[in-house]
Amino acid sequence: MTYAIRSAVVRFGDTLALDDVTLEVEPGSVVAVVGGDGAGKTTLLRSLVGRLRLEHGEVDAPSRQQIGYLPATAGSWPALTVAQNMDFVGGAYGLSGTALSTRRDELLGRAGLLDVVDRPASQLSGGMRRKLGFSMAMLHEPLLLVLDEPSTGVDPVSRVDLWRLVSEAAAAGAAVVMSTTYLDEAERAATLLALDGGRVLASGTRAEVLGSFEGVVERTATPRRRDWAWRRGREFHEYWPGEDAPRDATALVPDLEDVVIALSLLRRRRYGLVS
Amino acid sequence: MTPSDVGPVSPGELLRADRAGRRFGDVVAVEDVTMSVRAGEVVGLLGANGAGKTTLIRMLLGLIATSAGEVALLGGPPDRVRRTRLGYVPQGLGLYGDLTVRENLTFSAQAYGSTAPRLPEALRGAADRLVTALPLGLQRQLAFVCALAHDPLVLVLDEPTSGVDALARAALWDTIHEQAERGVGVLVTTHAMQEAEQCDRLLLMSRARLVAQGSEADIIGSTTAVAVRTDDWAHAFAVLDEAGLPAMLAGRDVRVADADADRVRQVLSDAGVNAEVGAVPATIEERMRVLAGA
Repeated sequence: MTYAIRSAVVRFGDTLALDDVTLEVEPGSVVAVVGGDGAGKTTLLRSLVGRLRLEHGEVDAPSRQQIGYLPATAGSWPALTVAQNMDFVGGAYGLSGTALSTRRDELLGRAGLLDVVDRPASQLSGGMRRKLGFSMAMLHEPLLLVLDEPSTGVDPVSRVDLWRLVSEAAAAGAAVVMSTTYLDEAERAATLLALDGGRVLASGTRAEVLGSFEGVVERTATPRRRDWAWRRGREFHEYWPGEDAPRDATALVPDLEDVVIALSLLRRRRYGLVS
Repeated sequence: MTPSDVGPVSPGELLRADRAGRRFGDVVAVEDVTMSVRAGEVVGLLGANGAGKTTLIRMLLGLIATSAGEVALLGGPPDRVRRTRLGYVPQGLGLYGDLTVRENLTFSAQAYGSTAPRLPEALRGAADRLVTALPLGLQRQLAFVCALAHDPLVLVLDEPTSGVDALARAALWDTIHEQAERGVGVLVTTHAMQEAEQCDRLLLMSRARLVAQGSEADIIGSTTAVAVRTDDWAHAFAVLDEAGLPAMLAGRDVRVADADADRVRQVLSDAGVNAEVGAVPATIEERMRVLAGA
């Protein structure tokens, strides 16, 4: 069973928040939705879990009881302790007694939170709070796990832990969709979907995204067209979208960062948008 | 002394900590840190939350006192006058949400005794909008404009690119490098490890101490991770997990941080998992995890 949202269109007033976006996820795999503030990541995820109605398009998702969802903000109740947060959510999904406490302790153990079960969520570090939110979303062993920026603002060490938890969920058979602003994180997922201004910039496996990229990215110290160039450390990378790359250009093999920047530039030029 | 009299004493050393330390009660926030930022350099400060990055920055800026060692801004104590040659973008951006874009810029310029510069194109249309109503990307641009308006010699940026898309991030790094090329010394913290490559030099803090410095390659050193390629990754993952090896998903492969390739090979073959196993250089996050003793 592939879960999916297809040809999704969502409008908020005059703003087209999602414009024909399709995302598919298989059980036992992770799809990363990558983009910045306002790209449409949250809108897409909320539509997938049934919290937003589509103007157009369709959603193939399991029932609400079979979905685990970690929103971009909160995800836990600040005044409740770690254990109370888990028990409350467990109760809502009809778990109780040993079944609940066994599952709870297993998840908290994996998240490294067993030492802080009696601490209110408000007194956890940002990384710990996201791990608690993750554990709450996972408690009822959902078929579809949807995580909205689980790692934003989380430090690199905790981020490794979170990625392990995500990996474990997928290994146990869940279909996982997570959003992120970090491209290196997106590269670790089986497939990725890059959004910009509500539209799909690129999608597929890392190899597919890199493979379908058109044009030439040049490495240079002095860009010829400054508005098509960006810095990577002390040198510039410059994009030639068409066939017009100069003959003496030093072409490089673009990485995901280059591809996403180049496609964003192209899209914004095409739609006459200023970044 | 006027702001324009203030300049670096030793040529180029704009920020310096000399065995600097700071305690809060029983908590050691920073211990024995020696570092510097020279003119024209982009130095990245990395570390987990609670590693001491923000305390170090606050000491360097003179916002809190050291409890051991010394710090210097532009060759002397970080006092009010020297701070006028500093541009600082804190994590929370330091903007006034209920003032407009133009008002924020005017206020900031007045505080530094300079005149408000022209707004960049992207912000011109929003000059009279309240800052709270702006998208995060534009707020960040404005915070940069405010921090740069008085031609600072030193730029300190606390997670400047958190939450923005690749293009906006590239634009912010353009600005940072342009400043460095003008001779400004830049100290920048980031959680995005892919940004380490944007820095000339990295400082890595863990548990209050500076534990490594140099290029990304210097910091990773000889630390390796183990890459596992298999058609049955879920099974491989479960087996490694069972054996207490910290496995992670990497695309369609499995990766084990801080482990021995032979051990991984053995565990997989004992469980009958067919896999290609090899040692690969660690990522900087994996190295940080080792250094953090996690």
